[in-house]
Amino acid sequence: MLAWTIYISFAGALLLALIPKGNNAGARWLALTVAVFGLALGVAGFVGGMGHGLETIVDLPWVPLMGVHYLLAADGISRVLVLLTGLAAVAGVLFSWNIELRTNEFFAFFLALIGGVYGVFLSYDLFLLFVFYEIAIVPKYFLIAIWGSTRREYAAMKLALYSFVGSAMVLIGLLAAYATSGSHSTSLIALHAANLPVSFQMWCFPLVFVGFGILAGMWPFHTWAPTGHVAAPTAASMLLAGVVMKLGAYGCLRVGIWLFPHGLDPWGFSIIGIGSWRDVFAVLAVIGIVYGALVALAQTDFKFVIGYSSVSHMGFVLLGLMTLNQVGITGAVMQMFSHGVIAGLLFAIVGRIVYERTHTRQLAELETMHLSRRLPFAAWAFVIAGMASMGLPGFSGFVAEFQVLIGAWAVKPWWVVAAGVGIVVGVAYTWRALQKAFFSDGKASVHELEKERAHPFAAITWPEVTGVALLASVSLAVGLYPRILLDQIEPAVKALLAGGVQ
Amino acid sequence: MNYADLFRVTLPETVLEVAALLVLVVDLGFLRKAALKTRVAVAALLGVVGCGAAILVMGSSSFPMMKPLDGVMNIPGGFEWTVLDGGGYTSVAQIAILMLTALTLLLFIDSAFTKHVGEFVAVTLMAATGGLLIAGAQDLLVIFVGLELLSLGLYIMTAFSKASGKSAEAAIKYYLFGGMSASFLLFGFSYLYGLTGSTNLHQIVLGSLTANSSGSPLFYVALVLIAAGLGFKVAAVPFHLWAPDTYEGAPAPAAAFIASVSKVASFTLFISIGTAILHVVRDTYPTGFVTVFSTNGPPPKYLGLSFPWMVALALMAAASMLVGNLAALAQVSVRRLLAYSAIAHAGYMLLGLAYFSYSPRSAEAILYYVLTYGLTTIGAFGVIDVVQRATGSDRMDSFLGLHKRNPALAAVLLVLFLSLAGIPPLVGFWAKFNLFAAVLRVSAGPVPFALVALAVALSAVSLYYYIQVLKRAYVMPAVDETPIKVHPVTMIVLVGIAAAVVLLGIFPAVLQGWIASFYPVM
Repeated sequence: MLAWTIYISFAGALLLALIPKGNNAGARWLALTVAVFGLALGVAGFVGGMGHGLETIVDLPWVPLMGVHYLLAADGISRVLVLLTGLAAVAGVLFSWNIELRTNEFFAFFLALIGGVYGVFLSYDLFLLFVFYEIAIVPKYFLIAIWGSTRREYAAMKLALYSFVGSAMVLIGLLAAYATSGSHSTSLIALHAANLPVSFQMWCFPLVFVGFGILAGMWPFHTWAPTGHVAAPTAASMLLAGVVMKLGAYGCLRVGIWLFPHGLDPWGFSIIGIGSWRDVFAVLAVIGIVYGALVALAQTDFKFVIGYSSVSHMGFVLLGLMTLNQVGITGAVMQMFSHGVIAGLLFAIVGRIVYERTHTRQLAELETMHLSRRLPFAAWAFVIAGMASMGLPGFSGFVAEFQVLIGAWAVKPWWVVAAGVGIVVGVAYTWRALQKAFFSDGKASVHELEKERAHPFAAITWPEVTGVALLASVSLAVGLYPRILLDQIEPAVKALLAGGVQ
Repeated sequence: MNYADLFRVTLPETVLEVAALLVLVVDLGFLRKAALKTRVAVAALLGVVGCGAAILVMGSSSFPMMKPLDGVMNIPGGFEWTVLDGGGYTSVAQIAILMLTALTLLLFIDSAFTKHVGEFVAVTLMAATGGLLIAGAQDLLVIFVGLELLSLGLYIMTAFSKASGKSAEAAIKYYLFGGMSASFLLFGFSYLYGLTGSTNLHQIVLGSLTANSSGSPLFYVALVLIAAGLGFKVAAVPFHLWAPDTYEGAPAPAAAFIASVSKVASFTLFISIGTAILHVVRDTYPTGFVTVFSTNGPPPKYLGLSFPWMVALALMAAASMLVGNLAALAQVSVRRLLAYSAIAHAGYMLLGLAYFSYSPRSAEAILYYVLTYGLTTIGAFGVIDVVQRATGSDRMDSFLGLHKRNPALAAVLLVLFLSLAGIPPLVGFWAKFNLFAAVLRVSAGPVPFALVALAVALSAVSLYYYIQVLKRAYVMPAVDETPIKVHPVTMIVLVGIAAAVVLLGIFPAVLQGWIASFYPVM
């Protein structure tokens, strides 16, 4: 059933590309219908899969001569991420309700991207996973280059090239693993069971991990992320931060860590306390957490603040993966979900609700606009989203980051100390943005009040309210009752760890 | 030797020649007064019918497909005396050559660069005959005759646009380079004959292993000369200089023909040579799967010509990938961009030839690549030609706003260019993957691995220049929004090619299975 999420997304994209142009409202409703169906299938798969382990959905020989199978399967991790994709898709369509330029094409690219993302999360054949992973690159480029803002062509090309370089690294690793294993199958299970030599894993693991890590925003390969997020139209930033970065993190986990477990073994020597690839990537993750937060603190553009906060939050995911223990990896998967929802919400507020009305994202200019009075909905939505982003208890971010830190403590306490600094700075930049954009002190003069009355902001529309309510309530629900997701994630992580990682 | 056999083996070639003559007779004899459009349509259709007939007679002459017709025209003594081969990769390549020729002719229907319609179609068909000969040739003399037949046709086709100075310039450059490379090739052949006393590929390889000539430095001289001559045909660096000018100046159907049919034929020749080299050493490795270069275990045996040949090809491959991809970044003319991308693609294929195995796997991977590449590039030239005639230029900026001027054409361009860049699920991706996997399966040493890594990394570079064109078609604002009209036949052909690229990409096993069906089950 979950497989249909892929098919209806691509079918929707094809249909939107073919139907005659001009009927923008029709295109929107069609896209929304497809996205809601995808979400419904995701929810159904999520509920139906509760308590089940890995379930094969489809298994057909695809390229018999190379042993490639069209193999879709889902475990708890996949189901959680499919659910996330469904949410991001619906919210993305809702927040693109005002797209008037080439509407059909916009939603066609949007749904093609969504279809590729669903495909990656459901593939259990390395080859198929790679195919879906690359399918997602091209729509991203066009979404940003055509409908984007600030330096969109530069940002779109940068994003496309970073993604393609990352996927080239993955492809090299894939070819090498395929050739080395000598197996006649490219299914993840067969490759995992092929017992690749340790020396091979030692160099292939970092190659593949960095290849996927580029898309996960791993420092120092993160620079595509802020520029890409800022230039992208709202729905695309929501998808980029919400699910595309998760593709990278998911690849790191499912392919990097699972196929090459011995790549994480100690080297046998250590330089300044770093004795394995695991230490290297954990240090990069910690740097990403602190660096992203510090840079976010210094931004003058509202959207850049959110863009760098994504780098910081994705650092938690990578740190969680590098703990290699049950708690830490569970936390990492939780954080993927949580950040997907929260970053989507933040980008929606900044890029759609605020920017479309004020036409500026400069904090200094927003400061003079008294937005808490004029856009109370946006202000309160951002308060909620900001609290979730800071990791206050009661929101999903808290549960996720807390578990990552516990997992990290068990390995190296100083990682936790450094990441803790990142959290504190995280509070500071969220607070700063919140205050500058919405709650500045300056009192409006009579002249300003008149001007504001003469040019009132457009009213908040129903898609915006629905989108905010959807994402905020999901974050709250997961924060208050994390068992919903944990019951799915924990057994899957346990099975994954039992499959060979130390 | 039996002339009836010879006739039977060369039946497809004969059919093509007859079709060429028929086109000439009809066009010059009966249609002198007819409108140009009618003449073009009739000539092109006759040509297409000729190609179809050639495929049909091939079906009746060299099938059953499951058995290679070893040594059809041979002097008693077995495989080692074959002059023309049939079955296996030869049949695949010949069918591909005929189909691609037919597609080129269909694109010709809409063009108006010449009044000498019959001559153009006839020359095209004759050049295709040369291609068919090369695909099956196992003898130096036949190889040379086939190559010259093909090349002379190409020079003429390049020069066919008499009103265009660029066309003449391109043709003269192509001709001079071509003549020189042919003389290199012939010189190399003469050394091989002198050293081994035979013109048969298998005999030469065998001769290179015998005591009195093995290890002679003259072999290296000969191989370098031959590599230069053949490298010219496939536009491999450093013998690529003609390609950008020719691709830019030649009329579109001629350029498409050079980029597709001529490539298929020349790479099939490379496959023949690789197979001949490994065929002889097969007996020392009865598994039929030869690692040309082994890094572990006992020091590599002297394997005749295979090692120096591999080195020459690997060097050309690396240089072509680098130069092609990097030079393409700087192009503003889309045709020149395609020329440099063709150089890069030739580099990938040469990599597959450098690490070649006697098992059909390598040959299949290379055929898969060159077939799909040829198909894609014909389509790309079709689109460029339409745009060029509508805007008067093939510069990147003439693609501005193409998605508004003709959405279908823009979509075709999108599919074809993304396939060339190797984006899944389009067929170009499978071709690349298949080829690189074949290389690594032959030898997993550090050198081939490094070369494959280089190739993959450079295909990431190539995405940049393909996107530069697509960006103009889809993203940047249009300067001129008048719709571009396309001849219905051209549109059908282009959409058909794009659909084939997508479908073959989604079901890659279909083409693979078709190619494999020509090989005996091993």
